[in-house]
Amino acid sequence: MSDARPGHPALQVRALNKSFGTFKVLTDIDLSVDQSEMVFVLGPSGSGKSTMLRCCNRLEEPDSGEILVGGAPLTGSGVNLNAMRQRIGMVFQSFNLYPHLTALGNVTLALRRVQKLPRETAEAAAREALDRVGLADRAGHHPAQLSGGQQQRVAIARALALRPEVMLFDEPTSALDPELVGDVLAVMRDVKAQGMTMLVVSHEMKFARDAADRVIFMDGGRIVEQGTPEQVFGAPREARTRAFLGRLHG
Amino acid sequence: MDVFLDTFLNPAVLAKYAPAILEGAVVTVILSVLIVLSGIALGTALACLRAYRVRPVSALIVVYADILRALPPLVLILLFFFGLPNVGVTLSASLVLYVVLTLVLAAFAEEIVWAGITATPKGQWEAARSTGLGFTQALGHVVLPQAVRMVIPPLTNRAIAITKMTALGMVIGVPDILGQATTAQSFSANASPLTLAAAAYLVLFLPFVIASRWLEARFSGPGG
Repeated sequence: MSDARPGHPALQVRALNKSFGTFKVLTDIDLSVDQSEMVFVLGPSGSGKSTMLRCCNRLEEPDSGEILVGGAPLTGSGVNLNAMRQRIGMVFQSFNLYPHLTALGNVTLALRRVQKLPRETAEAAAREALDRVGLADRAGHHPAQLSGGQQQRVAIARALALRPEVMLFDEPTSALDPELVGDVLAVMRDVKAQGMTMLVVSHEMKFARDAADRVIFMDGGRIVEQGTPEQVFGAPREARTRAFLGRLHG
Repeated sequence: MDVFLDTFLNPAVLAKYAPAILEGAVVTVILSVLIVLSGIALGTALACLRAYRVRPVSALIVVYADILRALPPLVLILLFFFGLPNVGVTLSASLVLYVVLTLVLAAFAEEIVWAGITATPKGQWEAARSTGLGFTQALGHVVLPQAVRMVIPPLTNRAIAITKMTALGMVIGVPDILGQATTAQSFSANASPLTLAAAAYLVLFLPFVIASRWLEARFSGPGG
């Protein structure tokens, strides 16, 4: 099932530490995601999984540690953060589409302003990205005219259009009505099938079981356990993992 | 009743001074347009500058906005007009009125636009920055357009309130609507020119007041 390329890390996190004030959110996180691998991060709320994800494009600034994308440093002095961020797509729980722009405008903004593509080229790339998420016919719609699921798919297209090497998903379906979740997961599955490296924080256990190459369980700001979905869901080694999965399944 | 009509709506006086009031209206319109454009532009620029959160700069902007909002504009007009010549700067009455009201409107506009910027969800900044936009680009292309839309109703109300204050120019001899009307009133010893002035203000400002009501309904409704 796995298309991952072991030994070819797309994203590396080394000795990552992060505190909010006196509260230690992340402790010595080490993580490597191979090219085309989909890694799922599970854990109770407050376990630091979202903070860890947000450190991976420096929306949260790590206190210490090193992050590499495609072998290039994201942390440290002299890093061109805006250039690096184009190599890392981010999808948010609350979509965060720009409400004053159409779906097409949402996707073209960074193509035009950051990558400096001419309008026609940017719009062609944006239409292609919208087509990939099945929303080519909604290009002229504003976010308010789209369903939550459609908005999230536009947000995925916005990230995809920049042709990132890694995509980060921060609870991409948590804000959606249950009947809209499937469309977004189908798009994510499709993005993975085309070889994207993906780091996903989500509570969609069934999807994790079906689609993930690796599952990571976090608790108390540490990686407690990791393995294939079969290992982690079928035979968790750690008591904390068993307790968490037990609570989820009632 | 005749006394009333003769005092406020004397046909001969109205006819005689209507051209002067009309000239005054042109001055009022030109001043108002210039004040609104430059006041809102300056206020928006200050609000954007404040968004960079450079502490000394933000502090200066806050002090400026607070002082200019606290002082009665007439005090500033008199200070500028009668005070500045003593230090060798002589501005025409119209220029003093323009500068003072622009600065006052900018102070209010800065606070209003700043409120819009801070009310824009943090996720909008994050989405923009995550695609590689720099701070200035995120502000200019994502946050400011939303902030300005959000604050159009209060901004319109404030712009109307400040431009009405062009009438204060009368005190230093600006030949605007009220300036012309008071001159005419003292020459004619009759209040009809003031009636005409009131009518002129209504014609100029009532459409904007109605428009602001419409904007308020349109932008503050559900899903605005």
